[in-house]
Amino acid sequence: MLVMKGIVKQFPGVRALDGVDLDVRAGEVHCLLGQNGAGKSTLIKVLAGVHQPDEGTISFNGAEVRPGSPNDAIKLGFATIYQELDLVDGLSVAENIFLGHEHARLGFVNRAAGRRAAREVLERLGHPEIRPSVEVGRLSPAAKQVVSMARALSHDARLIIMDEPSAALAHDEVANLFRIIRELTAQGVAVVYISHRLEEIREIGDRVTVLKDGRTVAVGLPARDTPTTQIVSLMTGRNVEYVFPPRTGRKAGEEVLRVEGLSAPGVFADVSFTVRAGEIVGLAGLVGSGRSEILEAVYGARPFSGRVLLEGRPVRRGVVGTVRRGMGLAPEERKAQALLLDQSVTSNITLGTLPEFARFGWIDRKRERSEAKRLSELLDIRPPDPERPIRTLSGGNQQKAVLARWLLGGRKLLLLDEPTRGVDVGARAELYAVIHDLAERGIGVLLVSSEVPEVLGLADRVLVLREGSVIHEGEAAELDEHRVLDMIMNGRAA
Amino acid sequence: MGEPTTKGKTAAPALPSIRGVGEMRHLGLLGALALLVVVGLVTRPENFATASNMVSILSLAATIGVITVGATFVIIGGGIDLSVGAVMALASVWATTLATQSYGPVVMAICAILVGTGAGLVNGWLIAYGRLVPFIATLAMLVAARGLAQRMSDRKTQLIQAENSAIVELSTTRWLGIPLLVYIFALVVVLGWILLNRTTFGRRTYAVGGNPEAARLAGIDVRRHTMLLYALSGLCCGVAAILIMARTTTGSSTHGDLYELDAIAAVIIGGTLLTGGRGTIMGSILGLLIFTLITNLFILNGLNTSDQLIAKGLIIVVAVLLQRRNLKERAP
Repeated sequence: MLVMKGIVKQFPGVRALDGVDLDVRAGEVHCLLGQNGAGKSTLIKVLAGVHQPDEGTISFNGAEVRPGSPNDAIKLGFATIYQELDLVDGLSVAENIFLGHEHARLGFVNRAAGRRAAREVLERLGHPEIRPSVEVGRLSPAAKQVVSMARALSHDARLIIMDEPSAALAHDEVANLFRIIRELTAQGVAVVYISHRLEEIREIGDRVTVLKDGRTVAVGLPARDTPTTQIVSLMTGRNVEYVFPPRTGRKAGEEVLRVEGLSAPGVFADVSFTVRAGEIVGLAGLVGSGRSEILEAVYGARPFSGRVLLEGRPVRRGVVGTVRRGMGLAPEERKAQALLLDQSVTSNITLGTLPEFARFGWIDRKRERSEAKRLSELLDIRPPDPERPIRTLSGGNQQKAVLARWLLGGRKLLLLDEPTRGVDVGARAELYAVIHDLAERGIGVLLVSSEVPEVLGLADRVLVLREGSVIHEGEAAELDEHRVLDMIMNGRAA
Repeated sequence: MGEPTTKGKTAAPALPSIRGVGEMRHLGLLGALALLVVVGLVTRPENFATASNMVSILSLAATIGVITVGATFVIIGGGIDLSVGAVMALASVWATTLATQSYGPVVMAICAILVGTGAGLVNGWLIAYGRLVPFIATLAMLVAARGLAQRMSDRKTQLIQAENSAIVELSTTRWLGIPLLVYIFALVVVLGWILLNRTTFGRRTYAVGGNPEAARLAGIDVRRHTMLLYALSGLCCGVAAILIMARTTTGSSTHGDLYELDAIAAVIIGGTLLTGGRGTIMGSILGLLIFTLITNLFILNGLNTSDQLIAKGLIIVVAVLLQRRNLKERAP
């Protein structure tokens, strides 16, 4: 039904898609697999009309199509259900389902007709209990998913793309999702299903396409019978160059952080580990495995039960205190969570330790500038002008500024969440060197990354997370990408 | 902001500290101000450029000016304070009750400042710890403070007694021909500028307004800082209350009606983003002077106040449109 051939999409500096082939048959569930950065999201966005491919052809039911906008894609019968559901919380279920194509005459919405139509679609999905007049914000995540699907159906979608639909769902809700998918496929709708969970793919999928580095490496494998080892080895061994600094004879010192029985309902449970001075501990896991949330809890930015001890003394909730006691966080969303984009590099570097540059609130700007200058030279932040607004710097250099922030004021523990996200290959190597350097200085580092090779290459010890639990802990040297990925996807502690 | 490369390295561009009068955006405001002066000189050559007219412009600007300094902090910090005019009125009433007046002028001044700061703290506490939206919290304060002022004064204008004329002398005593209250205004502007540009408090104000999440994760106590911003705004209202008492020789629940709009308009015209994180004291003061000058020109030329309001409305829109163009040019 859908055939994509040789799709290429070039972004500045990155070839996100480098010749992707995909063919999807009517009435099947076609699973798309690949590691982070393999090109899955970009491919979805091409189908959704958000991105236009630079090369390649898409044909649908035999005719060549070019979705130039999201509206075009909807008209073609493509519906996309994104990971973050794009529903309007303040509107009712019916209003959400028909958002953009309301039952209306002369601009007046016919609410009764909308509700009736919404009820029909919801019944078709097997959810007559969701009332069309209810505000979407009051629904559970699972019910929201149903509404999203109802919206797709209301467009008469022939092809539904689901991006990790099960990530936000509990176990029995997943079963219901699968039931709906089966009903849809029985009606001839094709589903492109993206998930990292192999057991789901085995259960619901018909065929599997594997992406690696923006290319298709396997087309149409049978979802049930292909051995796991074959799938994992297709996904691994990516050609991204990871240049890690050589391991020096760095010795871990005193214990800096001890985490005991850390739990937060529905997010992570009973997580325990330690970080010593000069040691890099890596957390490997999928999005939604609780890795970022664990960092936030340790940092005092999220409630938890259990114990977190920094240098033997318990950490209480509240970032003000943890920063004062020598923690620092480089958050996942650099622009949204770490940077003051309008401000200078200097202001951004000194933001976390401002009191140290001030006497009675009065900032010693000379010292502030000279420290910022010293650090930008140390980390080689370019351009080498600390007075520039930080928004004019590249992602890699912005990230260096965030790390520079925590080189100040005698940090004992640094929490790094996806430190190389959105950073090009050359700058990555530099960031790796900086992270190593931090550890050499005796700082304990807790590192989270979606990229397994990065965790293995940087960390001394690795914790593998799956659905909020630690399923493996061990020396990085004793693990390889294949094994870690296998654990992450299959949930087996190897 | 189109960085002033002409200034060379020492000027340290992009730090909030040099966002002084010399900036491009401020040149536009200065140009507008100059244009208004020319209009004044042409239309009313005999009245406009007189010392007494200049003094009356500055005296008029002083009261709202002090409030504008506080409002600039709040808005850069990502908030809004609608209660300023009402809080000033309440402070003026409280400071001029017979009971307060019996303690003399110093206590009256302290009373005005404490009442203003107290109201600001209530605003700040509700917003920072009670999680109310600033607009709502300060709107409630606007209504309540005005009501409390009416109740305290029984809706009567309270005259400052002869023995407390020291307050009034702030307006009548001149130094180099300029009333003392203008000097107080100038002092508040200078202190505000220092606080915003040279201290950790100011730096954190930009951080809290520009990216509260980043500020929080950098270890800044965002809530406490937010509360302090509103307290500072309240403090400025208290000082403004002293000035208006000096100028009018009264305390009244009708003082400062719609001052919140003038103050916010001045801040916006001055280039401070309503969304927070960017702005300057100097811009706000220039914006205020433009507003005051327009009022003055309309009065001198005998035009009616309705036209004056229309002109002010147009100026707000034009100023914001121009700034948006500026922002676009700057975007990477």
